Amino acid sequence: MSLRSPLGQAKGLGSAKEGLHHWWAQRVTAIALIPLTIWFAFKVAVLSMADYETVLACIGSPWSAALIVSLLIAVFYHAALGMQVIYEDYISHKGARIGAIMGTNLLLFLLAIAAIIAVVRIALGG
Amino acid sequence: MSTNNRPLSPHLDVYKLPLSALLSILHRGTGAALSVGTIVLVWWLMALAGGEESFQVAQSFMGSILGRLVLFGWSFALFFHMSNGIRHLFWDAGYGFDKQVVEKTSLIVIGFAGSLTILVWIVAFAFGIGE
Repeated sequence: MSLRSPLGQAKGLGSAKEGLHHWWAQRVTAIALIPLTIWFAFKVAVLSMADYETVLACIGSPWSAALIVSLLIAVFYHAALGMQVIYEDYISHKGARIGAIMGTNLLLFLLAIAAIIAVVRIALGG
Repeated sequence: MSTNNRPLSPHLDVYKLPLSALLSILHRGTGAALSVGTIVLVWWLMALAGGEESFQVAQSFMGSILGRLVLFGWSFALFFHMSNGIRHLFWDAGYGFDKQVVEKTSLIVIGFAGSLTILVWIVAFAFGIGE
């Protein structure tokens, strides 16, 4: 039994052939985030009450900074993809939907850039 | 019309959500909350990059009662979304769809997320005492 209406089938309103990239990127970032998240969460826990110099040195070491920047890229990409799906499911008005997706993408992009610049600055000792 | 045979959504007002349905909507909820919560992470990193003074401001908020409450919720949301996300990856690979299995993995997800949350806070407090 097909769940599509005869009209929908007739119009050929099917896949735009771009869904897989979105789906796949969501999974790739998810898998990358599993080890990165656990590592970062416990690193921050260990540093939770350390002094400024210690935290600075620990976050800014080359490997640590590289992993945090990777984490940030994966986090914000994953968040943008996820928020897009939520908007697509719940906002039926096309204009509002596109506006919400675009606005969220721009905001998340800004946050990502701000965070990455912060980490790079810490790593370079600026 | 064949559209008469389409399955209907449960009537949410009179329908007791099974645990798996509750976790499903929680996955979305925590995902959206964590997206907003990235602001905390960005703020902390920018405060650290900004120098000792701005870092102390951020640290004193994180160390306050309100800050700790926010971070506790944040950490549970993170570990829940991660645990349930791992279950989603198994589903993507085609495993674990049986009703009994889903019931069991729902409990495993909650237990795993709760354990990681408690563990990370134990680590935080243990290292705090050591300072």
